Amino acid sequence: MTLLELKDISYKVTGKEILSGLSLSIGTGEVHALLGTNGTGKSTLAYLVMGCEGYRPSSGEIMFAGELINSLKIHERAKLGITMAWQEPVRFEGIAVRDYLVLKDKNIDPAHYLEMVGLHSELYLHRMVDKSLSGGERKRIELASILALSPKLAILDEPDSGIDMLSTQDIVNVISAFKNNSASVLLITHREEIVLIADKASQICNGRVVCSGDPEKVAEYYKARKCLVCDGEVCAYV
Amino acid sequence: MSDLDALMKAFGEAGGDKAILENNEIAHLVASGHKLLSMKSVGGLEVDAKETLTGISVRVTVKEVVRIKNPAHLCFGVLHNKGTQRIKMDVKLEKDSSAHFIAHCIFPKAEKIRHIMDAVVEVGEGAEMRYSETHFHGLYGGIEVVPKSVVTVARNGRYFTDFTLTTGRVGKLDIDYSVEAGENAVTELTARVFGHANDAIKIKEKVVLAGENSRGLIKTRVALEDEAEAEVTGITEGNAAGARGHVDCMEIVKDNAVAKAIPIVNVTNPLAKVTHEAAIGSVDKRQMETLMAHGLTPEEAVDVIVKGILK
Ligand SMILES: Nc1ncnc2c1ncn2[C@@H]1O[C@H](COP(=O)(O)OP(=O)(O)OP(=O)(O)O)[C@@H](O)[C@H]1O
Ligand SMILES: [Mg+2]
Repeated sequence: MTLLELKDISYKVTGKEILSGLSLSIGTGEVHALLGTNGTGKSTLAYLVMGCEGYRPSSGEIMFAGELINSLKIHERAKLGITMAWQEPVRFEGIAVRDYLVLKDKNIDPAHYLEMVGLHSELYLHRMVDKSLSGGERKRIELASILALSPKLAILDEPDSGIDMLSTQDIVNVISAFKNNSASVLLITHREEIVLIADKASQICNGRVVCSGDPEKVAEYYKARKCLVCDGEVCAYV
Repeated sequence: MSDLDALMKAFGEAGGDKAILENNEIAHLVASGHKLLSMKSVGGLEVDAKETLTGISVRVTVKEVVRIKNPAHLCFGVLHNKGTQRIKMDVKLEKDSSAHFIAHCIFPKAEKIRHIMDAVVEVGEGAEMRYSETHFHGLYGGIEVVPKSVVTVARNGRYFTDFTLTTGRVGKLDIDYSVEAGENAVTELTARVFGHANDAIKIKEKVVLAGENSRGLIKTRVALEDEAEAEVTGITEGNAAGARGHVDCMEIVKDNAVAKAIPIVNVTNPLAKVTHEAAIGSVDKRQMETLMAHGLTPEEAVDVIVKGILK
């Protein structure tokens, strides 16, 4: 069953078209990897799905569980079960990790979620979600907080960036945890080994999906640089 | 109910522990209006106070090399709706001593109250003093709080102070703190205030880094809503080699509130360095979005962010 469906989405900012007629659908429980070179509009797409301020499609429809959600605000989308981990998670002064994890649901066990992202809970529960955390630590804590929400759709914007090479397995585990929960994942990543654990992958270029399907094939197409200097012609491949 | 019982009841309601009065190992001083209700010294820490026409005059001395284990408690309040309370405080920490003071200032019914604090603090060589002051005000806003302190921190001394006024209306607040740090001395001044309605907040904190390798930090966190106004002045002077100072001011404004930050940096020694950062504005958009993506409503998100900053 389709959970998220993006129909012919266009998005302009200050006259520049960043997404142009992008279509994509993600099934329930599906992990969908999104590939694309820097600046192709992956994060922009994530903000559009989450409903961030200023990110409304100039045309096209965002359907979630059969409902048109174009005009819903972030918290209204969150209520439907959509959530997101930003590429660069923001810092908060005066909020302890323990409190951050139970913001929405006081009954969950924060320690459990920290362990799931490879952090020793006794070392982190009392820490602050502020500048004192390293980049990788902050990203892991964000992932833990997203897991704790048990969403229907988790948008993960480069969950692996800033995570050390030896810990890729932690990210794989997080993604599996969503899947085991029957959640869908929109997974933005630049790492091939992460792409390969997805059920499906899409490459975006020039604001459109240019290749979609089996993750291994999409990764190969991407690596073959067919779209690197895409001027719309190479991508006519679609 | 006696005045002491009444103040201790308010103290308990403000989160204080009333048992401290009976504890012989904890120094304390309790004053309501002009009346001195209770005081106790402990070995090495002498509290001496007397009533004056308009308030209380207090002298606290911590003897050389004595390190006071339990924080000393000071409780000042006016339980009536009107009145003036003028506290004059002289604190001296002798060489290599240390002590922590926790002050509660309680004005639950204030409609027309002035609370004036005039403190002179001397932190001796190698001594360390911590002073935390928390205010509990009622909902009427008819209060004026004017704390002034002049502090000198001698060589290798350390002085940390924390001022919190986040419960109830601020009323009118006019803080004026000034600290002079000697060689290798360290000082940190922190203030957290939440203004509502037409509260008027003025915070002026000054650190003079007079000694070589002295360190100073002025940290201010202010949240404002409704028509509240705040002006925060952080002054740091770097006058000696190796002195390092930083001013960190953050003010969050909602509704029609008005915030102003004036960082003043004055460096007279080329080997001193002072930095400042000030952030004034509405609640951070990215923080809001993140919390909303976690399912919080915009109102809940603002609340979480403001509480965090004032913590
Ligand atoms: N407010 C804006 N004004 C102008 N251009 C913008 C604005 N916001 C985004 N862009 C541009 O839109 C394009 C897409 O940005 P986006 O952040 O979505 O890229 P991305 O695919 O996530 O890249 P990366 O892999 O580097 O994270 C970029 O070229 C970016 O410069
Ligand atoms: Mg991006």
